[in-house]
Formats: sequence, C-alpha cells, structure tokens
Amino acid sequence: MTVPGAWYLTLAAFLFVIGAVGLLVRRNVLVMFMCVELMLNAVNLTFVTFARMLDDIGGQVIVFFVLVVAAAEVVVGLGIIVAIFRRRAGATADDISLLKG
Amino acid sequence: MLDIVWLLPALPLLGFGLLLLVGRRLGDPRAGWLATTLVAGSFAVAAVVCAGLYLRSPHDRVFVQTLFDWIPVGGLHIPVAFRVDQLSITMALFVTGVSTLIHLYSIGYMHGDDRFPTFFVYLNLFVFSMLMLVLADNFVLTFLGWEGVGACSYFLISFWFERNTAAVAGKKAFVTNRVGDFGFLLGMFLIFAHLGSLDYGTVFGHVSSLSTSTATAIGLLLFLGAVGKSAQLPLYIWLPDAMEGPTPVSALIHAATMVTAGVFLMARIHPILFHGPDTLTVIAVIGAATDFYAATIACAQNDIKKVLAYSTISQLGYMFLAIGSGAYVAAIFHMITHAFFKALLFLGAGSVMHGMHDEQDMKKMGALRKWMPITAGTFIVAWLAIAGVPPFSGFWSKDEILINAWDKSAVLWAVGAITALLTAYYMSRQVFMVFFGNARWQEAADAKEPQEAEAQAEHEPAAAEGTADEHGGKDEHGAHGDFRPHESPWTMALPLVALAGLSAVGGALNLPINKSTEFLTKWLEPLFGSSLHEVTASTGTKWLLFAVTLVLVLIGIGLARAVYLAHRIPEDDLEPSVLRHAWYFDAFISALVDGPGRLLGAWTAYVFDLKVIDGAVNGVATLVRDTGGTVRRIQTGFVRNYALAIAAGALALFAFVVFRTA
Repeated sequence: MTVPGAWYLTLAAFLFVIGAVGLLVRRNVLVMFMCVELMLNAVNLTFVTFARMLDDIGGQVIVFFVLVVAAAEVVVGLGIIVAIFRRRAGATADDISLLKG
Repeated sequence: MLDIVWLLPALPLLGFGLLLLVGRRLGDPRAGWLATTLVAGSFAVAAVVCAGLYLRSPHDRVFVQTLFDWIPVGGLHIPVAFRVDQLSITMALFVTGVSTLIHLYSIGYMHGDDRFPTFFVYLNLFVFSMLMLVLADNFVLTFLGWEGVGACSYFLISFWFERNTAAVAGKKAFVTNRVGDFGFLLGMFLIFAHLGSLDYGTVFGHVSSLSTSTATAIGLLLFLGAVGKSAQLPLYIWLPDAMEGPTPVSALIHAATMVTAGVFLMARIHPILFHGPDTLTVIAVIGAATDFYAATIACAQNDIKKVLAYSTISQLGYMFLAIGSGAYVAAIFHMITHAFFKALLFLGAGSVMHGMHDEQDMKKMGALRKWMPITAGTFIVAWLAIAGVPPFSGFWSKDEILINAWDKSAVLWAVGAITALLTAYYMSRQVFMVFFGNARWQEAADAKEPQEAEAQAEHEPAAAEGTADEHGGKDEHGAHGDFRPHESPWTMALPLVALAGLSAVGGALNLPINKSTEFLTKWLEPLFGSSLHEVTASTGTKWLLFAVTLVLVLIGIGLARAVYLAHRIPEDDLEPSVLRHAWYFDAFISALVDGPGRLLGAWTAYVFDLKVIDGAVNGVATLVRDTGGTVRRIQTGFVRNYALAIAAGALALFAFVVFRTA
C-alpha cells in the first residue's frame, strides 16, 4: 500500500505553517533560523511529492538547488549569529535594529 | 578650362597656410609679396574660368564642381561644391582683382609694422573665405564663407588691438553681425524644413512648391543676414567703427568686397524673392532709407575715413534699392563700379594719412594736391565717379538704379535722387577740404611741439573728438624734423592709378546706348530670367530723370563749393550736431542696451535664474529628500517586522490567487 500524494502535501503544508508561525512569534535568533530551515524543507518535500505524482524529474532537480542555497545561507547566517554573540550576551531579535533607516 | 575652378579659393588658402608656417621667417616685405602673388594667381584663374564660361552657349553657363562630401548626416549630404555661373564668376573676378591691388598697396602701407606677416595671413584668409562664399553651391558652404569673412573682419578691425578703441570696434562688428547671422541660420532651417535640401540647384528648382508666405519668410530672414553683413539700417552701426582697422582693410573689407556679400546673397536667392515678392518691397524701402540716412550723416563728419564709411553704407543702400526694384543687373553693376571707386577713395585716404603722418581730421588738411599729385588726381577721379558726373563709372550705374526705382515707385526714386545730391555734396566737401583751399596743416603742426613730431600720433588732439588716430609702427616718417606732406611709394601709387583707370571707364561695362553695348545685362540676363525687372519707362522719361539727377548732382557740387571753397556760407550751419553724432543712433542703442537691456539681464540673473531655474533644480532635490524622510520610518531594522511584512504579502498573494480562481 502506498501513501497517497495528498498526505505528503498536507504534511508539507503543516511543516511550512509551523515554520512560518515560529519565525513570526519566536524572538531567539537561533530558533528563528531553524524555523526558516523548516520552511525550506517543507517546500523541498512539496517539490519531491509533485515530482513523483507528475512523474517529472524537474522537481527533484530543484530540490538540489534549494539544498545548496540553504547550505550557503546557513553558513552566512550562522556566521552573523556567532559575530553577534561575540559582541553581546544574548541573541534576541528584538534587541537588534542596527540597520534602522 | 572650368575644371580649375577649385584653384580659385585654394591659392589664397595655400598662402594662408604658408604664411602661417613661415610668415615670420619671410618677414617684411617678402611675406606681402607671397600673399600678393597668390591672390594675383587667383585672379588669373578667375579670368580663365570666366573665359571658359563665356565660350559656352548663353543658356548653358552653369558648371558645378563637387570636390568631396563635407557633412554626411543620414539623408543630408553637404558637399564641398563650387557653382560657376555668371553671377559667381563676376563676383570672383572683381573680388580677386580688387584684392590683388589692395594686397599690393598694403605692402607699402604696412611697411615697418611689427606684425606685417600676420596682416597678410588674415588678408589671404579673408580672400579665401570670400571666394568660398561666392562660389559655394549650397547655403551651408556659403555660410562657412560668410562666417569666415566675419571672423577675418574681426581680426583685421582689431589688428592694432593695443588700442582700446580698435579692440572695441572689432567686438562691435562681431556682435552686430551675429544678429544678422541668426536670420541667415533661421532662413536656412526654414528652407531645409520645407524642401529637405540646401543645394542651390535643388532649392531653386523646387521654389514653386513653397507657399508665398513661406517664400516671403525665408526671403526676409535671409535679408536680415544681408542687413547685418551689408550694414543696412538698423544694423549698420559696426561699419563706421570698423574704420579703426588699417586703411587697406577698410578698403578691402568695408568698401569693396565683404559688405557686398549681402547684395550677392540677395542676387543669389532671386528665385525665392521672385516667389515671395513682398520681400522685395521691404528690401527696396530699407535700401532707400539707409541710402538717405547715411548720406545725411556723411555731410557732417570731419574724419576722412568716417565720411567714406557712411558713404559706403549709403551706396550699399542704393544696391539694395536696386535689388528691391528687381534690377539685379543694376545692383551688380553698381557693386562693381562702387568696388572700384570706393577702394580707390579708401586707398587715397590711406595715402593722404600716410603722407600727413597719420592725420585723419579733414579740418587740418587742405591744398594737398600740390604735395601729393598722384593721390589727388586719382582721388578726384573717384570723387567724380561716386558723385555721378558723366562719363565716370558711378554715373551709369546710379542712373540705371534710379530708373528702375522710378518703375517701382516715384517716392523711392525721389529719395534716391535727393541722396544723389547729398552724395555729390559730401564728396565734394571732402575733396575741397582735403585737396583744395588753404593749407591748414601747417598751423596744426605749429600748434604742436615741432621738434617732437615722433610723438605726434599720441599727442593728437583730434583723438579726443572720437576720430582715433592711426599709427602702425610707421615711426620713421615722423622722424623728419619739419612737417611736410609727401607722396607715397610706388606700391601704393600703382593701385591708385589702376583703380582710377577702372573708376573712369568702368561704366563701359553696361552702357545704355543700345542693347549691344549693355555687356553686363547680356551676360547676366539668362541667369536671372524672369526675376529681372524690365524697365517700362519711356525713353523721354528716362532722359527727364537723367537730366533731373544731373542737375541735382551739380547743385550738390555747387553748394559744397560755396561753403567749403568760397566760404560764402558758414560751415557750422550745415554741420548740425545731430548729424555729426549720426542722429544719436549709437547713443540710442547704448542707452537701450544699458537701460532696459541691463534691467532685463538683471531680472534674468537675479529673479528668473534664482527663482525659476534654481527653484526647479532645488525643488527636485527637496522632493526626493522629503519623500525619503517619510518613507524611511518603514525600515525599522527589526527582522521580525520584515518577516511579518513578507508573511502578510505572501498571504495577500495566496488570497488573491484563491479568490480569483474561485
């Protein structure tokens, strides 16, 4: 028995909403960062599901692109977070507004 | 034979280049001889080309030589092309001929000047520009020559730029000419906008496709250019001041050749004038008005060159009167005879000044015929010619103009005839004051320190009267202890004699005895065709007009004799201050520019520029800054604000997609 495609999509939607809401409500920068990863992977899951349902390899190819971009983003993002931790005690997003216009 | 026409402007251009490179090394007088030889060569070429043209049949006398494409821009091609026809070659002949004589004269006159070679650089450049103007086959090339002669005239008027008056006079000529050039340019633009070409052949071939009002507008705009260049009312003011230049320049540029460019241009565009005939009336009226106006001023001037300057303006007025009457041949005829006798008058005046140690005030001359027989003799020939005494050349050309003016309107004729009287009067006045009567220069010299003749040019009291003295490093003449006029060297005398001969017999070009003696008419008639006005006055009327004019001329001479030779009437009665100050026209222009003109300038600089122009620039900056100041508040710097905005945007997009498909 195979799991229907719609289930995967539902799961992906749940994961995405969890990520999005987490990003909006949490103040800890590291947790927000993990929420972003969660959203990215939710999208990846959607891509893979559609690739299988529509029998199109293109979706899986996109996933690799997303993975690469996500890896790069993690490097830059964690670098910034480490730099912030060096200068101040905590890392609460609402305390940092250095780029205020 | 016609193929060598390119040599005509090329020779003076070569002279210009050579003198520019090695002029200083050649020095005085070899640089002058080089320049003179090349212009003489140009004259020989013109004669050959003219002969070649004469051998063709009368209706096939147009030859165009294209050298290269000068300005190719999209569909517009302006070639360097020469148009050889009766008009251009006639002009080229007398321009190069008179120029050669004046070059020769300049060798003597400019001898000893520090910048002798430079003078000939300018003279050759001038002849080149004038020939380009005359020979060009399109408006743009004519304009090149037009501006070229303007620039040369500026260089030469202010040749002795150490003197402030000369520098100012040069500037005045330049600025006044700009006003006219603006008309010329607009006229060209209008032609191009309507006909899409600037070639003479194409433009004149399609003139009939223009509406009458467009043709009139083009004609008037180009006439504005001619008014500036040919010193007509109201743009004549530069010419009297141009007498600040060395005398050969006055003779070459401001009498014989450059100022005739306007008349030439009007003759060149005769099909346009024919198509918009209202222009002709304007030209005739301006011509007649200038003619009379300048003659009245000439009656009260005491500077020997100023009289001639105003006389030039007046004679140019005659030429425009002729153009306006449709008598193109008469205009060209008068242009040629005028070139002869006016060049002669100026060169004679230069010779007098040379002999009188740079004296220009006629009140300080007198009885000079005994000391300067050649100058006096030739000057008298020129006087008779310009006054219109038969059989000298000026009589024939002026008579022809007056008959044509009679056909146009009796009023125009009357103005011309009165001017003939004035012309005879002021020229006789000049001749009597300079060459006859009592010698007044001895007292004038005694009044100064006799042993300090060297410094005479600077100590000249006449300079205060606005008649600036002329000195061009000819100091060796002042070194003589006693003051005595002397005759000029042969390089100066020879051109005088040659021009005197031409002034005397120049009328033979177009004798109105019968059709076969009217050489100039026969030569030019095919060119002008139907534009040319046929004289309708009967033979009896012609004789009557001729007699009236002659009587007026004799009255003029007699009056001058009564005043200045017999002293029966006090001189001052006939020299009112309003005429001596040229009707205060210069003062009026100065007041106009200095008063309202200055106010307008101040308003533009301090109100318009500050408020409107700067306001617009600063306003844009303020707008951007204020908008930025308002919008910057959105950028809070908090990551979660941005995240919320993105989420809201994503939701909005989602909602849009969902509800659109639903």
